Amino acid sequence: MARFIVRRLIGMAIVMLVVSFLTFLIFFKIPGGDPADRLAGKYATPGQVAAVEREWGFDKPFWIQYGNMMEKTFTGDLISYTRQDKVVERIIDGAPRTFSLAIGAALIWLVLGVALGLFSALRAGALSDRFLTVLALIGISMPVFWLGALANYYLGYKAGLFPDGGYVPISEGGLWEWFKHMILPWSVLATLFVGVYSRVLRNQVLDTINDDYVRTARAKGISERRVMGRHVLRNSMIPIVTLWGLDFGYVLGGGAILTETVFDLQGVGDYFAESIGALDVPPVMAVVLFGAFFIVLLNGIVDIVYAALDPRIRLS
Amino acid sequence: MATEPTVKPTDPLTATPATLDPAQVDPAAPPATGPWKLAWRRLRRNKVALAFGVLFVLLILSALAAPLWAEHVANTTPDRNRLADQIIVDGKPRDIVSVRGIPMGPTWRGEYFLGADENGRDVMVRLLYGARNSVFIGLTAALITTVLAVLLGLLAGYFRGWIDALISRGLDVLWAFPVLLLGIALGVSLATEGLSIGPITVAGNSLWIPTLIIGFVGIVYLARPVRGQVLGLREKEFIEVARAQGMSDWRIMTRELLPNLFSTILVFFPLIMANAILLEAALSFLGAGVQAPSPSWGTMIDTGLDRLRGAPHLTIAPGVMLIMTVLSLNIFGEGVRDALDPRAKVRLEH
Repeated sequence: MARFIVRRLIGMAIVMLVVSFLTFLIFFKIPGGDPADRLAGKYATPGQVAAVEREWGFDKPFWIQYGNMMEKTFTGDLISYTRQDKVVERIIDGAPRTFSLAIGAALIWLVLGVALGLFSALRAGALSDRFLTVLALIGISMPVFWLGALANYYLGYKAGLFPDGGYVPISEGGLWEWFKHMILPWSVLATLFVGVYSRVLRNQVLDTINDDYVRTARAKGISERRVMGRHVLRNSMIPIVTLWGLDFGYVLGGGAILTETVFDLQGVGDYFAESIGALDVPPVMAVVLFGAFFIVLLNGIVDIVYAALDPRIRLS
Repeated sequence: MATEPTVKPTDPLTATPATLDPAQVDPAAPPATGPWKLAWRRLRRNKVALAFGVLFVLLILSALAAPLWAEHVANTTPDRNRLADQIIVDGKPRDIVSVRGIPMGPTWRGEYFLGADENGRDVMVRLLYGARNSVFIGLTAALITTVLAVLLGLLAGYFRGWIDALISRGLDVLWAFPVLLLGIALGVSLATEGLSIGPITVAGNSLWIPTLIIGFVGIVYLARPVRGQVLGLREKEFIEVARAQGMSDWRIMTRELLPNLFSTILVFFPLIMANAILLEAALSFLGAGVQAPSPSWGTMIDTGLDRLRGAPHLTIAPGVMLIMTVLSLNIFGEGVRDALDPRAKVRLEH
């Protein structure tokens, strides 16, 4: 097991390295305007531009520039081209907002998805099951930015049921204010996933419900409630937990950017949207790495948990 | 509706075609029914999936008919601004855009059927032209994804060894990439600069930029299942026979393996396309996809949001079109999946 984990960790580190290199390559090749021009200001002389180029190291070879950027990312000295503030500090500011959104939404879609999936499975074929199937498909087909903007406007701004956008840290407004501001973003983001989870769970329950060990459990005289809870649901949860790990990583890794911008949460995704609009390469690089880190991390955790549960995977 | 039959192991639907085949029981019985025919029969029974399939075809036809509507019904073009004009509705003149800058709502007549936008352009006409862009991008991107993913999956699964290692690690990296961030970043920087690789130059406002980005980003979701399937298929007897006959690797891949992948491809294609259309809308919404003045549902929603107060039709109309298109593809795709392989488990990321 230890060997598997070490191997997996090395693999994760290599993937991260390649991702960082590719991201830098993309933005080295597609600069979208010379950053030195922009840093030197509108009315700079060629001499001033050259000075900026030297100072920021834009005249250095590709490899050196890549090395410098990576070094600065890890020491926290990475400076934005446009605002000239520290990128890592901005990301640390935005991270609690992004995490608040991702964790809350992920809990909602997990709990609701499992509850609705189980309900559907127990009533397979009935009208309520079909209704939930249609609802799930509608949820999957929703453009999240559209749903979020309409919810924010009609429920927040017009009806005044919720605050219309914005984020209040717990340290400033207290738990309730924070919670009130997050309800709509959580619900909107969770809508996309609830449908998928309920359907995966439903099919999984229907698959396991006829397995031999379930029949044995019933034959032993165990109560139906216990059979469903202990035997069927527990086994049906394995793919759900896997999915949950992957989707959680995806949402942290930039999947929530639309929800963040629509609700003006000022998280990491918002920072990214703002920076890419100005073609500001350092923050774009850093946020892509931030996102890739969580995707790789969650993927790795899922693999390791799987291997812990199933010895066959460890040896392959 | 039964988009998903509640299959149980004893269900005749899930039994292999061979056991359903009457020819096996009685040699004098009519000839065997092929798996494709069986799938078609199952799909035909699924009325809801068929209905949404028809809805999707209607949406495509209306997108194709956009110039007809624009020319003969609405008497305008998608880019014609009419800021200071008035039109007659029910005998009364109405400002297309009011003095306070609020565009007219739906007239439910030929002209300005769904109202006007902030520049006095016809929303219905722009929706139909936007549908062309969305469907073009969705279809082309899904084709790019499918061709590349099947090629990579075939190569990796058939040759194994270092080719598989190379492709699989590449897919690992693509999997680790925050695709939405990558798409936005590429979209924005390419939209300002355009793209030039050697002799190929693509202008910044070209539809090909979002199409290529979306097509590339989706590869990983299909390449992995294809590779897995090829790994299994290549051990089967019919491949061994083909190899013993001296067939070339390329021929085995295209003639023997590829036909066996068709059902997987058919199952994935509508879902990939649905996702491509959603991603295009998201990119355009953030200014990283279709560029103005080309209409797209994403950009229409983006500009509409500033005018939710007074002119909500600007946001609601493109959103409803988008949902209808994606939903019809998703439901039809489900039906295809159930028909081809009632027990398959397919899932795509958002």
